[in-house]
Amino acid sequence: MSRLRRLTGWLTTVDHKRIGILYGVSAFAFFLIGGIEALLIRLQLAFPRDSLISAETYNQLFTMHGTTMIFLAVMPLSSAFFNFLVPLMIGARDVAFPRLNALSFWIFLFGGIFINASFLFGAAPNAGWFGYANLTSKTFSEGQNLDFWLLGLLVLGASSLIAGFNFIVTIVNMRAPGMTFMRLPTFVWMTLITQFLIILAFPPITVGLILLGFDRFVGTNFYNPAAGGNPLLWQHLFWLFGHPEVYILILPPMGIISEVLPTFARKPLFGYPVVIYSGILIAFFGFGVWSHHMFTVGLGPVADSAFSIATMLIGIPTGVKIFNWLATLWGGRIRFQTPLYFALGFISMFLIGGLSGIMHASPPVDMQQQDSYFVVAHLHYVLVGGSLFGLFAGIYYWWPKIAGRLLDERLGRVNFWLFFIGFNVAFFPMHFLGVMGMPRRIYTYAEGLNWELWNRTSTAGAFLLGVAILVFLFNALVSLRRGAVAPADPWDGRTLEWSIPSPPPSYNFAEVPIVKSRDELWAQKKGRRSAVPRSEASPEAIHLPAPSHYPIVVAFGIITLAAGALTHLWVSVAGAFLMIYGIYRFAFEYRSGAHG
Amino acid sequence: MEPTPSHPHPSIRTYLMVGAVLTVITAVEISVFYITALARYLAPMLIVLSAAKFSLVVMFFMHLRFDNRIFRWLFAGPLALTIGVVLALIALFLTGH
Amino acid sequence: MIAEIHAGAHALPTSTGLDHRKMGFWAFLGSECMFFGSLIATYMVYKGKSPSGPQPHEILNIPLTSISTFVLLMSSLLMVLALAAVQRGDRLGAKLWLFGTPFFGSIFLAFQVYEFTTFVHEGLTLQVNLFGGTFFVLTGFHGAHVSVGVVWLLSLWVMALRNRLTPVDATIVEIAGLYWHFVDIVWIVIFTFVYLLQ
Repeated sequence: MSRLRRLTGWLTTVDHKRIGILYGVSAFAFFLIGGIEALLIRLQLAFPRDSLISAETYNQLFTMHGTTMIFLAVMPLSSAFFNFLVPLMIGARDVAFPRLNALSFWIFLFGGIFINASFLFGAAPNAGWFGYANLTSKTFSEGQNLDFWLLGLLVLGASSLIAGFNFIVTIVNMRAPGMTFMRLPTFVWMTLITQFLIILAFPPITVGLILLGFDRFVGTNFYNPAAGGNPLLWQHLFWLFGHPEVYILILPPMGIISEVLPTFARKPLFGYPVVIYSGILIAFFGFGVWSHHMFTVGLGPVADSAFSIATMLIGIPTGVKIFNWLATLWGGRIRFQTPLYFALGFISMFLIGGLSGIMHASPPVDMQQQDSYFVVAHLHYVLVGGSLFGLFAGIYYWWPKIAGRLLDERLGRVNFWLFFIGFNVAFFPMHFLGVMGMPRRIYTYAEGLNWELWNRTSTAGAFLLGVAILVFLFNALVSLRRGAVAPADPWDGRTLEWSIPSPPPSYNFAEVPIVKSRDELWAQKKGRRSAVPRSEASPEAIHLPAPSHYPIVVAFGIITLAAGALTHLWVSVAGAFLMIYGIYRFAFEYRSGAHG
Repeated sequence: MEPTPSHPHPSIRTYLMVGAVLTVITAVEISVFYITALARYLAPMLIVLSAAKFSLVVMFFMHLRFDNRIFRWLFAGPLALTIGVVLALIALFLTGH
Repeated sequence: MIAEIHAGAHALPTSTGLDHRKMGFWAFLGSECMFFGSLIATYMVYKGKSPSGPQPHEILNIPLTSISTFVLLMSSLLMVLALAAVQRGDRLGAKLWLFGTPFFGSIFLAFQVYEFTTFVHEGLTLQVNLFGGTFFVLTGFHGAHVSVGVVWLLSLWVMALRNRLTPVDATIVEIAGLYWHFVDIVWIVIFTFVYLLQ
């Protein structure tokens, strides 16, 4: 096939597996960018009064590092897994709305490019990933840095919301016959819960950003204290999103390791219903704790106590999950392979992060820890030690299924140990630095505070982490070029995705599976049933949704609309027209015969 | 996979009656607004009346009363969360700042 | 194709027997609750906090807004009539009510435009104080939603004019209806908390 046709194939794909790969590759590219930002930060902090990086550039680096890692790396990496695996795990042939799925991806990619394009103008966002008002006002942030930020986040939010609606309908409405909710793989359950978090948490930040946009572009005073506005309104709206967001970041990796542990322990997940209910409780309570990010603003003792108690309560279902994972391993016939290493890394490192989190839950303790490196330590233990380890477990686990090749096991272990050691050397000392009083978001520090040793140690660890990532990249590239061909079921798995070839054919399942239990594939393999049951429906011709170019057209219209706010009104108008045109063609694309 | 059982479908007459009730409630709301004697009870009365209108539109016009309960949960859950969050925000801003 | 297909009465080959699009749309409406809730919360926390500039009791026109509220409520009634017409294959009814609904919606928008321009003339702008800012953003976003609904419904009306709406399309009309009714109930809340409960 000609190169152009192959390219258009990718640009117009509506196949969830291809979209998953697109998400994964893009997310990894952004992850590398975020990683470089981190290394620059660590280089600057390795020595007191360093002048490698100016204060202004430093502000841009830590802002973009946070924004990139959260919105452009971890979330889309999770999306890569949602996309590739959810239909396979529920026995479906695609998601409920394949073209909307493609639309979500293109909006995400263009949004990520948009926000990073700010670097080209020397105007990268620079007020922290959470952009507190009223530093973000036009008065105190004159340049276009924060315009890039708020517009970029609005665009990215649209992508997540659309995907959220899509996956909710997919999981509720496209399960194979017999797959009741309590037979869903844990990863699918965590995905479902995460989508509800997304569709309910993104609206508050959307409003917060809209109000910020009005303040900056139109001259309103929502966050302007001089005119009666209250900067705390921003904090509330932001954290109403921001706290559920951290569960959005951790629940999918928790789902991943809930798949990996049973496979490598050769035992079912211990207490499956309890793990599911804990996930639901975490999400539910996650909406009731947001002001624990605001203990130092003066909410008053009643509010502080309420949020403190709620935050400590959330520790319970979280802890319960950890016990369930340990109990899954206990008594199992464990195979120590790379996915399991990362899963074990997740449990141990997330535990540490959870403990520092519980410390933060006490307002008087948090008074000391807020805005110090103690928080930086905590958040990296849960987001890297937790989310990233979980995602890497997933990468190693599902790579054979996605790529049709095996990753090298020895390189995988080298990757893991370098990652594990580098991570701990980089971030554990930050607990000490926090306790010693080092604040966050400072571009340098004076000598004589005893901060040098741990900062230098942390920098060394960060570079070791970088090497670990390079090892992974090497492993990945070698695998793609000449890795061993992967069988359908390289790990002796338990769930439906292992019942089809690696990589799966475009239609996923030749015959829709009939599900009679949890861990359906395991039940089939271990002979509890005689033959693979056939679907009662007569095998109709497998009709796959046709490719469409309207998703990328609409996405391009949207980003042009956003770009116009930074340049000229007519650019926005052109973008709006393109978007509306694309939406109309999208809506009528399939109307001629079948109803769409 | 069982077919959704066919549900009672409101007739045109029912819709028109709901429309009439909505009109009456709106008229009552506006009257109450202007009757100064009732000023003390204005807030609770208006909240109750508008909640009634809200429910009528949701249950009849949006058909939630007759539809599968999945739709009811999909709406009621987020609605409950929204009300909770709005009340919490109002409370937080009434105290402390 | 049998003319009488009531939405949801026939099962689809989905896990729940329910239509994907209708399910997705209810999820979207749930999300929109949080969106408008955040805007309403913003209005409420800033209520009474404008030290200068026009205040609500000075400028809000209850009689006028009562009429526009009534018009919007009635448009919801016309919407259910439109859906019922499409469901039973009543082409004339569909054309009539699918025009009537956005027509009433446009009357509501006209009232809004009149109100906004009057307020600006009387000194209430987005920038003058927090009441101006929160009022215009809240009602403005609501009005934008109404406008999208008008365009959506007029598109359906054009399809009906071309006799391209059949009972099979009842679901897409129903979904447009859900959107329209939602926009109506948001207005019920706004009318109560912004206009009536000053």
